[in-house]
Amino acid sequence: MGSSTVIVVGAGQAGCQVASSLREEGFTGRIVLVGAEAHLPYQRPPLSKGHLTGKASRDALWLRPESWFGEQGIEVRTSTRAKHLDTDGRRVLLQDGEALEYDDLVLATGARNRLLRLEGADLEGVLSLRTLDEADEVRVRLEQAARVVVVGGGFIGMEVAATAVQLGKNATVVEVADQLMGRVLSSHTAAFLLQAHRARGLKVELTTTVSQIVGVAGRVAAVDTTDGRRLPADLVLVGVGASPNVELAEQAGLEVDNGIVVDELLRTSAPHVYAVGDCVCAPNPFAGGTRVRLESVQNATAQGRRLAATLTGCPEPFSSVPWFWSDQADLKLQIAGLTTGHTEVAVRGDVSSERFSVYCFSQGRLLGVESVNCPADHMAARRLLSGSTSLSPQDVRRDDFDIKRASTAGSTPAAP
Amino acid sequence: MPKVTFLRPSGDDIAADVGDGTSVMQAAVAHGVTEIVAECGGTLACATCHVYVAEEHLDRLPPISNDEQEMLDFTAAPRETGSRLSCQLPLGPELDGIVVRCPETQY
Repeated sequence: MGSSTVIVVGAGQAGCQVASSLREEGFTGRIVLVGAEAHLPYQRPPLSKGHLTGKASRDALWLRPESWFGEQGIEVRTSTRAKHLDTDGRRVLLQDGEALEYDDLVLATGARNRLLRLEGADLEGVLSLRTLDEADEVRVRLEQAARVVVVGGGFIGMEVAATAVQLGKNATVVEVADQLMGRVLSSHTAAFLLQAHRARGLKVELTTTVSQIVGVAGRVAAVDTTDGRRLPADLVLVGVGASPNVELAEQAGLEVDNGIVVDELLRTSAPHVYAVGDCVCAPNPFAGGTRVRLESVQNATAQGRRLAATLTGCPEPFSSVPWFWSDQADLKLQIAGLTTGHTEVAVRGDVSSERFSVYCFSQGRLLGVESVNCPADHMAARRLLSGSTSLSPQDVRRDDFDIKRASTAGSTPAAP
Repeated sequence: MPKVTFLRPSGDDIAADVGDGTSVMQAAVAHGVTEIVAECGGTLACATCHVYVAEEHLDRLPPISNDEQEMLDFTAAPRETGSRLSCQLPLGPELDGIVVRCPETQY
């Protein structure tokens, strides 16, 4: 093993996890981590939250200290991309001209923000937020802005909008769907978020979208909506979702379908080429075994750890309870499981005091749990979903229902 | 600068001097103490920064919030008397010299 080489393309959370876990699993060969950004691997979640208020220090963003990569014998290439992949010759060519030969290659290329394709989208003050450099620019401009328009009521949009309100800005979210965080949240939780954010001073415009962005002397001045209004703005943050980075995979002829297609062992359609993280479309037991593409820290790290184990001689199917979190002002939203397609919900807790959980079922089977300001419910839900659960909506509605007890009563042995 | 010592399962212990206000979790991550996973980055969402605080330091710790109290029931390694989530322990003069033991696993 000592003489084999693993190249990891992508130095985000997933790529960094693969490299780190390979060493923890005892891999002694060569590891090269290739990153397009100028920075060492860092956490993205704080960028749309504490980083914008200055509450989270920049030093706290790094996933590992710089010295650690050297100590672990992990070679890091920054500010370069893999531009050509030859799966027959097991060779990857970097933009800066370096050619790397591999025994195993890991694609951890992530996703990139979708752009608005309309007039004014390139004006100064129209920003997108994914990278640390972008977040630094949003922070500086947010400080100076008085009126902020956020296009898209998803995770990043809502986090930035809530932060803007906390900073005393006049902020408006424009969302094309008829609810916030449409594709990922139950209508119940989405309706709660809508009123909770409005009560905190955020304006939310649903079922409308942007027709054009208006500028004055090259700088953004306003956003026009398709329902005929003009919203003045000094800063426009575009958060309309992300697309997987699949160009390298496509060039190499790998199967791509809403991300790089992998099997349950995270293998792509080419031998010795694997993929992890946001760029991956993988069969998921929590989606009934169908292939899904998830954008989350949990998915990136769990796939990274799982793949490292597979590459070091312990191949097992990827199966890890998906979970997500979003801190929006003082609202801590957490989701365990994949709730898409649920047909029935049961609510526990007190919605008016902003502490509750929504249990999402399909055909009587628990798909997942959304929690607001109830981290213990969320942890219990993850434990519950990791085993086999027969929890029904009726069980959840019983007066004496206790998710913690339910989560330890199943296949997991009770604590002594 | 307050000092914190991490006792690791490998025996490769690490002592770190960090700035006031840095959490024990942040000190661990910044010094390559990879047993502290801290998947959520310190937002009290994951319980993967679990540590065992040495008994002689327990009375110097800040009180446990309700949320941390409940999250501690979901750590991967068993909860013990000195169990805390290290993201909830900001370092300062009162915690200078604290010694924490890292669990075998966080997930």
